[in-house]
Amino acid sequence: MFSRIFQLGTRLLRETRAGGNLTSNSINSSYYQGQLSRHSAPAKSILFSTATSSHEGSEDKEKISVTFVNKDGSEQTISVPVGMSMLEAAHENDIELEGACEGSLACSTCHVIVMDVKHYNKLEDPTDEENDMLDLAFGLTETSRLGCQVIAKPELDGVRLALPAATRNFAVDGFVPKPH
Amino acid sequence: MGRGLLLPHAKRLMLFPRPRGFSASAASTREPLHVCVVGSGPAGFYTAEKMLKAHEGVQVDIIDRLPTPFGLVRSGVAPDHPETKIVVNQFSRVAANARCSFFGNVTLGSDVSLAELRGTYDVVVLAYGAESDRSFGIPGENLRGIHSAREFVWWYNGHPDMHNLVPDLQNTDSAVVLGQGNVALDVARILLRCTTKLASTDIAGHALDALKSSTIRKVYLVGRRGPVQAACTAKELREILGLQNVHVCIKEGDLATSPADKEEMRNSRIKRRVHELLSKAATMHKEKNSNDQKELHFVFFRKPTRFLPSEGGSTVGAVELEKTLLKDDAVTGNQVAVGTGEFEDLKCGLVLKSIGYKSLPTEGLPFDNYKGVVPNLRGRVLSSESETTTVEAGLYVVGWLKRGPTGIVATNLHCAEETVASILEDDRNGVFMAPSDSRRQGRKGLLEILEQKNARYVPFDGWEKINSEEKIAGQLKNKPREKITTWDELLKAANGG
Repeated sequence: MFSRIFQLGTRLLRETRAGGNLTSNSINSSYYQGQLSRHSAPAKSILFSTATSSHEGSEDKEKISVTFVNKDGSEQTISVPVGMSMLEAAHENDIELEGACEGSLACSTCHVIVMDVKHYNKLEDPTDEENDMLDLAFGLTETSRLGCQVIAKPELDGVRLALPAATRNFAVDGFVPKPH
Repeated sequence: MGRGLLLPHAKRLMLFPRPRGFSASAASTREPLHVCVVGSGPAGFYTAEKMLKAHEGVQVDIIDRLPTPFGLVRSGVAPDHPETKIVVNQFSRVAANARCSFFGNVTLGSDVSLAELRGTYDVVVLAYGAESDRSFGIPGENLRGIHSAREFVWWYNGHPDMHNLVPDLQNTDSAVVLGQGNVALDVARILLRCTTKLASTDIAGHALDALKSSTIRKVYLVGRRGPVQAACTAKELREILGLQNVHVCIKEGDLATSPADKEEMRNSRIKRRVHELLSKAATMHKEKNSNDQKELHFVFFRKPTRFLPSEGGSTVGAVELEKTLLKDDAVTGNQVAVGTGEFEDLKCGLVLKSIGYKSLPTEGLPFDNYKGVVPNLRGRVLSSESETTTVEAGLYVVGWLKRGPTGIVATNLHCAEETVASILEDDRNGVFMAPSDSRRQGRKGLLEILEQKNARYVPFDGWEKINSEEKIAGQLKNKPREKITTWDELLKAANGG
């Protein structure tokens, strides 16, 4: 099973590469990228070094496919090495996921909504500390998590994560709202 | 580099080159959009960041009345919450953007008026927060030993305006904190926390010294309403309930919930979790641990009716509290506290009022004195001097001045998003278009105004000098930084020491 997912992951990776840039076609995209890569650089070197070190240098490391649904509804599919947090993966791929506290579990800005209950249920339950932050997250849903606490693992391959937006509502697959 | 405090001289304008190298987009065909953000806290910096990202032709100047940026991240966030301050890394990257400049030590109202700013910038965004306090308006409020929580927080965070507060922590063993929000929990925690723990934070040196010799052993957190209505968050509550050597006292009877309480909890995840934490703490802390040297008392359903002086003194000696009951308010639908006519005195020598910050108006700015905010529509300032409400073109608000003094750092992210969306929409609709002979000058105009008034501003590299001086001083004491806490020393450090 692992190897199948692994193959799928690499296939997606190739497709992603072949597809070239995945960013939106707005006039400002070049500026966005400049900003964001600058933005992510220090975070990478300071806070995420331990998370990435074990994976570096290995070409055939296991990766999963993750799709981010941006605030404007556009989608970006990236491959994420197993063990990497979604916050770090987003920043490495110029996805506009905020990370005010740089993954130290002191803010709620990397809030993502898991768009499929099946994937949501494969995650470890949030800790009290994560729940304390989720309490304050903007646009909280029943399948909300903090991006810094969602770590890539094979079972999450194909997961879709939405960035909460003030102006958009969407349905989470398989989620039945509780009656009031 | 090395500009420090700028004295008026001709060359300095050259230090701010016009933006170059625009790509062939629509934005490059016109003059830059000149934006001034007043206030460099989270609301101001998030606004600047989003404007810079969304608009290639924008130039953003951030002014602040302090020589130091970051607003409440520096002077509000508690010293023992270093993770919450990590966001300054992001804000510093915004300030490093070639199209963004910081002007510290520039006060709106005295160094530059709102009218002057509006005359020189296409867009003025007010993000100067809330620098005053709500008060009770009850007898005895001016007694010595009564401070607003904001003053106390500014004092322990080294804000230069509160350097001289010097609260007396040695004449009493009891402090009363009025309010049960996160700020109340912060000040209570600072009073109760073991000072060896505080010693390795960026707490102001004068505050650490005062806390080391503090005789306060009991802190009462007083709320008009019950545990379900407490305004704190679970994170802050969990932290204070877990303090070492502190015995937590919660009356179990207070935890009983009415049908209306249950309804409130059903509708709010945070209220459910806060109530759950308090209930757990009430049972856990029944037995007093012999190591507990200090006490934290949650006092629910009490409102202060007057402050009583200590015997023959002008210092506070007790707070008179009236017991309350919750009643449904027909207008708001909320449960409100009403007095029962039953009173009790709570002895104390220090009172910290933590019932909310209040924004201050400035000349020429529409202001809702009742709500303490600027009337606005998605960040656009509204003027209602005439019969009909009109939009003040080019004037915007964000943060606490826009929505009132609530929320966390991240709340400003969405608040700024909304205000920036309004600005961009107005830009698309040509609101900022001016005839070519009356184009606004932006930064050049600001510099001229400051020069006329001989106002010395602190640029971002002036702050960086303060920053490195503080960090070096901190290293000697095993603190992340030793804050500079007086105006003179801050300006000296900004100027190169």
